[in-house]
Amino acid sequence: MTQDLTKLTLAAARDGLTKGDFTSRELTQQYLSAMENGREMNSFIVETADIALHMADKADEMIAAGNATGMTGIPIAVKDLFCTKDVHSCAASHILNGFKPKYESTVTANLWHDGAVMLGKTNMDEFAMGSSNETSFYGPVKNPWRALDDKGVLDTKDYVPGGSSGGSVAAVAADMAMAATGTDTGGSIRQPAAFTGLVGMKPTYGRCSRWGMIAFASSLDQAGPITKTVRDAAIMMESMASYDVKDSTSVERIVPNYEHALTGDIRGMKIGIPKEYRMDGMPMEIEKLWQDAIGWMKAAGAEIIDISLPHTKYALPTYYIVAPAEASSNLARYDGVKYGLRVEGDSLDGMYKNTRAEGFGDEVKRRILIGTYVLSAGYYDAYYLKAQKIRTLIAQDFAKAYAQVDVILTPTAPSAAFAMGEKSDDPIAMYLNDIFTVPASLAGLPAISVPAGLSKNAMPLGLHLIGRAFDEETLLRAAHVLEHAAGFTAKPKVWWGEKS
Amino acid sequence: MEEQERAEKMSVDKKIVAKIADLARINVPEEQLEPLAGELNNILDWIEQLSEVNTDGVAPMTSVVAFTLPFRADKVTDGGYRDEILANAPSADHGFFAVPKVIE
Repeated sequence: MTQDLTKLTLAAARDGLTKGDFTSRELTQQYLSAMENGREMNSFIVETADIALHMADKADEMIAAGNATGMTGIPIAVKDLFCTKDVHSCAASHILNGFKPKYESTVTANLWHDGAVMLGKTNMDEFAMGSSNETSFYGPVKNPWRALDDKGVLDTKDYVPGGSSGGSVAAVAADMAMAATGTDTGGSIRQPAAFTGLVGMKPTYGRCSRWGMIAFASSLDQAGPITKTVRDAAIMMESMASYDVKDSTSVERIVPNYEHALTGDIRGMKIGIPKEYRMDGMPMEIEKLWQDAIGWMKAAGAEIIDISLPHTKYALPTYYIVAPAEASSNLARYDGVKYGLRVEGDSLDGMYKNTRAEGFGDEVKRRILIGTYVLSAGYYDAYYLKAQKIRTLIAQDFAKAYAQVDVILTPTAPSAAFAMGEKSDDPIAMYLNDIFTVPASLAGLPAISVPAGLSKNAMPLGLHLIGRAFDEETLLRAAHVLEHAAGFTAKPKVWWGEKS
Repeated sequence: MEEQERAEKMSVDKKIVAKIADLARINVPEEQLEPLAGELNNILDWIEQLSEVNTDGVAPMTSVVAFTLPFRADKVTDGGYRDEILANAPSADHGFFAVPKVIE
């Protein structure tokens, strides 16, 4: 039997490709079969097998010519939020029905330039608005992980993979892609990575170009990698990041070799533990995992410092003003004229209203209406301006903390993955999933979720590190040590496809 | 000032939902206005906790990371994509987007 290459890490595959142990075509073909076998998870909206094989052959030529980069020949999944030329790019929304952009996003263009291979476009919450991947027009994504009971019997219920990058994490966790691109507005890379036992990283705002990413909340949206290991995240992050004149908020800074930052040495590093992240009602197992991690980092030579981020509890309600406000502006472009769905009406206005009523799902409509309300005449100061002021206070909390510490350690999410349908009727319960990830988003800081343990019913749990702006290297170095100390090796029990 | 802000914020009713739906150009059927008002009020009530934060003298955030927006030369560097731009239009005519008639 041939070797199962889909179990490899990205770094191991890179080394195997360079040494000529296997080709990108062989690797890609194995992933295409795994995708076919895992279709019931609904992870991919579109599979791009022909494009993948063509890109794999080009990658094999690059390797043969000695021009390989860290990403050359690596088969990856792309979140449907990224515009990919002539390929379905709809942000999992009906309103972009049939949209095939005539241009490529900068992040994916960077990856293709480095020789990565596109396997397909992954499912997500509609316009990235959700924390469970249940708001997609293309249906929910199933988490490859299912709970185990006391006797070790696998649950028959479906669990959510988290969101909004739910299809991306499910694809990587189920070995249907070696890595995936995600996007994170309030936690959409980190929370789903925690729910599926993966590494998910959001870099500093401005590190990746947003050009060609379908906009949700422009002051928050950032692209980032979803991978099996911290090393893989470092390799992929370096390829995705760039200064881009087409995004005026992308920052002109050298992108370092992030893999070189993984020295394994955090002696003397100062790690902050914010007391405000100790939330009432947080499960004991998450509190315990957090305490364990503090011990691991101390044992590795880090100095643990208690810190305070006093405005933490206001981050989530602040986010739910800022993000819907920006979304209501960004989503005004969907009018049935330029692309996507058109539903006729008795006038131009009637056409707009019918198109948007049919094209947007319930959660997207809810956020557009909230955003329209908080920006409307008479309410702007009371809501939007107030929120932007509190956002300043939240950023100042972090700035004060970073006078004392190098990174901050917290849990990623207040629970493990929950069963499908469990929270879909209660928007605020759903919003609370992002309680630990949103503050860093509002402050534009880089952050990463690392798989660190299992819940009592054997579902993955993640820990979260937040770094200084543009200091992804220290963040990755700390994450790499945390990953090794945690020693997370669990994999989901296969319940899908032909269980070979 | 905080008092005044609170007074300005009323809970949303059917009429306000209809108004913001109109501003947002989303058709909302009459029977959905009431349930939507309930949902929006739940969210707005939860957001209301922000009024307890003293923000006197705090500047609103305008840029997430500290940097100045770059200037560029005011010249055309790209373009000429009419057909590509129209390729995804639900309706295009004579090189233009086509919309329902707006002038009688």
